[in-house]
Amino acid sequence: MNLVGAPIDRVDGRRKITGTARYAAETPLPGLTYAVMVESTIPAGTIAAVDAAAATRASGVIAVLTYENAPKVEQHKVAGMTDRNLPLLQDRIVRYDRQPVAVVVADTFERATDAASLVRIRYDTSVPALSLAHGSGYHPEHSHGDEPSVYERGNVDAAFAGADVKIDRTYTTPVEHHNPMEPHATVATWDGDVLTVYDATQGVFGTRSRLAVAFGIPPANVRVVCPFVGGGFGSKGSAWAHTVLAAMAARAVKRPVKLVLARPQMFGSVGYRPATIQRVTLGAKRDGTLVSTLHEVRSQTSIFDEFVEPSAELTKMLYAVPNVRTINTVVPLNAATPTFMRAPGESSGSFALESAMDELAYAVGLDPLEVRLRNHADSDPSKQLPFSSKSLRECYSVGAERFGWSRRVPRARSMRDGGLLVGMGVASATYPTNRSAASALVRLSSDGTAHVFAGTQDLGTGAYTVFSQVAAEELGIPVSSVRFELGDTNFPMGPVSGGSQTTASVGNAVSVAARSARDRAIGLALGDPQSSLHGHDADAIDVRDGRIFLRDRPDVGDTYAAILGRHPQGEIEERGDARPGDEKTAFSMHAFGAQFAEVRVDPELGTVRVVKMVGAFASGRILNAKTARSQYLGGMVWGLSMALHEITRTDARSGRIMNANLADYLVPVNKDVPSDFEAYIVPEDDPNVNPLGVKGIGEIGIVGAAAAIANAVYHATGTRVRDLPIQPEKLV
Amino acid sequence: MPQIEIDVNGAHHSVPVEPRLLLVHLLRDKLELTGTHVGCDTSSCGACTVLLNGESVKSCTMFAVQADGSAVITIEGIGASDALHPMQEAFWKMHGLQCGYCTPGMIVSAVDLLRRNPDPSDDEIRAGIEGNLCRCTGYENIIRAVRSAAAALRNDESRHSVAELLPVGGSN
Ligand code: FES
Ligand code: FES
Repeated sequence: MNLVGAPIDRVDGRRKITGTARYAAETPLPGLTYAVMVESTIPAGTIAAVDAAAATRASGVIAVLTYENAPKVEQHKVAGMTDRNLPLLQDRIVRYDRQPVAVVVADTFERATDAASLVRIRYDTSVPALSLAHGSGYHPEHSHGDEPSVYERGNVDAAFAGADVKIDRTYTTPVEHHNPMEPHATVATWDGDVLTVYDATQGVFGTRSRLAVAFGIPPANVRVVCPFVGGGFGSKGSAWAHTVLAAMAARAVKRPVKLVLARPQMFGSVGYRPATIQRVTLGAKRDGTLVSTLHEVRSQTSIFDEFVEPSAELTKMLYAVPNVRTINTVVPLNAATPTFMRAPGESSGSFALESAMDELAYAVGLDPLEVRLRNHADSDPSKQLPFSSKSLRECYSVGAERFGWSRRVPRARSMRDGGLLVGMGVASATYPTNRSAASALVRLSSDGTAHVFAGTQDLGTGAYTVFSQVAAEELGIPVSSVRFELGDTNFPMGPVSGGSQTTASVGNAVSVAARSARDRAIGLALGDPQSSLHGHDADAIDVRDGRIFLRDRPDVGDTYAAILGRHPQGEIEERGDARPGDEKTAFSMHAFGAQFAEVRVDPELGTVRVVKMVGAFASGRILNAKTARSQYLGGMVWGLSMALHEITRTDARSGRIMNANLADYLVPVNKDVPSDFEAYIVPEDDPNVNPLGVKGIGEIGIVGAAAAIANAVYHATGTRVRDLPIQPEKLV
Repeated sequence: MPQIEIDVNGAHHSVPVEPRLLLVHLLRDKLELTGTHVGCDTSSCGACTVLLNGESVKSCTMFAVQADGSAVITIEGIGASDALHPMQEAFWKMHGLQCGYCTPGMIVSAVDLLRRNPDPSDDEIRAGIEGNLCRCTGYENIIRAVRSAAAALRNDESRHSVAELLPVGGSN
């Protein structure tokens, strides 16, 4: 059967189109109470006095928690890339604007909201650290994973000094907030010392360990449930304060508590992409071949935790450059802790690197695509390893052809459409292939169906669908006979859904579990005198449509339903565990792609419209073309948004975020999307990367997209905007 | 507490409501129709869109008391699992959704768009449902879904016409 790879309709579709998919905030529990967070209104200082009297007296109010009466919990992280230090009402210090300073619990949402507005807090303010450019920073130990924050191969200074052509530019990217459409939400309920939490999360197990540590209870006492997530993009990859505070409140009031963030609170304590200042220098020969690259990244973190935006990671491996230095500096500010946001590092870093490559193309008088081809890395120059597979050249050529790159007139500001300036730009994309250990459980029943369980998440990516396909194919049953369940710590452990790793990690576990269930059922038939397959050889067997049969004599067979019907338990269960092998030491593993954009710029108004966007991506084996294409397109619109729209504004004096809502923080609407918009899947067969041959698809769509648009804007106008987003005032 | 009379998806409700209760919270918290979602508090996202007396409204932008005497249709009333509305089917087949959070509001807005304009161009679709944000899909498949639902509805007058849904819905 060829279920894997088929563009089947998503299996969770019916629930989503009828409004019956239940997101965390929609968990019905008897006796539910409602919690609302009160947030700080200063970025730095201490709480001088709390007056909660009016709030406590307000009708329906059950509790008001502040640092004065909140139970003691552990607020420091213990382990893991996604674990964070959390502000949990444990002290009177205010470290950033919108830090939780009180939680009000009432019997209705309206009453809790009202009472929250009555909590009076007086602050002693201190001078906040707010400047990324001027604040003092440090080199963290790692930029990402085990990567050192200062890296050098060859001798960059010498090579750059001797280069024919030199580019030395600084690019900046702003703070951006993920803003998934579903605001974070938690419903928490205690039964004695056992905590159950319904949480909008990208990682049920990470949330479980954070809660266990906070309350000093064993992880086995915590169950985290999350069948549906309304988007995450990284912001739900960590357990944040509101989740722990909801559980704290539930324990305090001895009733279930629901805490849903209001949209402005989505700009508070659930992470964001930090602002960056990136200096890139390129040294090249006259023919456009690079001799050196320097990429210095300065990014912000909070004063109470460390997050590094790894913007220079791709610079180490994207082009064949002998001399490369990358440096990460982080500057602690009075701001919340940043976090992973769709292609952390690659998205912000590719804006800088791929803009600089464009500047180089003009400096040497070459087509920007040609400059990239001349510097193509056939193997990974940073690891000195071959790529497990790489189809970047194909991505360039497929993308260029579908886009119509040959229409481009080389000189900047040389193409027009009536009164509008026309420009075309290109950029490369890459994203590493990550994988973690994961497990899954398959239960085959006497009705011929399979029930599959894995403690993973579906952020909308299509996990339910592709894992059903994988299980169905391995078992030899139709997809409609598979029921896949996820998002529950009662299921076998899976990793956080981040780093585009879910399919590679969990998909392989589902495959192992399904195969061993199939093999066990085959074994039962072969050993069962009542089966027509009794005594035959396992090697001679095939399975299709739930029927096990002899490959050479398809009429001789037995069905899962019949085999399990005769089994004393009526069902069998098999667990599958999968973990990365030693492929990481033998290969460098990345997905690649090429982004093309065409813009129209109004020279009078400075307005930019993207009229065409084409992406071509090679990400190994594609399990479902429908869900994959949608991931790519969604990612590309994120790139468009990064290029033109998104910026969180912090007032330089007060340190307060000024546009914390969806009216003032711009995300693309339907009308912003180019009418000519396509993502092409470049076929790629990768036998080395993992047994399923898959690379991640969730993040690469954004990588390079902002640079392609910025490069198109330069081509249209002759103005190089090095500071995102590209707003009209920067072009007039 | 004022008492309101309201038809929701064809069922009549007589409910006491606080004057400050938003229509969306009446639907979600009191009537347990959680298919209508909340995504913002500035009337920006459209996740909460329902039909009120046949026209789409953002249910976060009005009080429940303002809906007194009205007929409301939520996503649950547009079509149930065993009797999908063509717009729902189209969103599914054309993959006009990922996380699904925007989807109910998007479908309701699109149903209202076709009521006003049964044969919209792509541009008219983009403009017509501009008030509904989607952070996942990049909108492309949503356009395809609306286009294909429009075609299905035009070709098949006898089936669910959009007008038939009104004013009390096709759920029960
Ligand atoms: S929740 Fe109503 S418009 Fe956003
Ligand atoms: S599908 Fe996630 S917001 Fe639209």
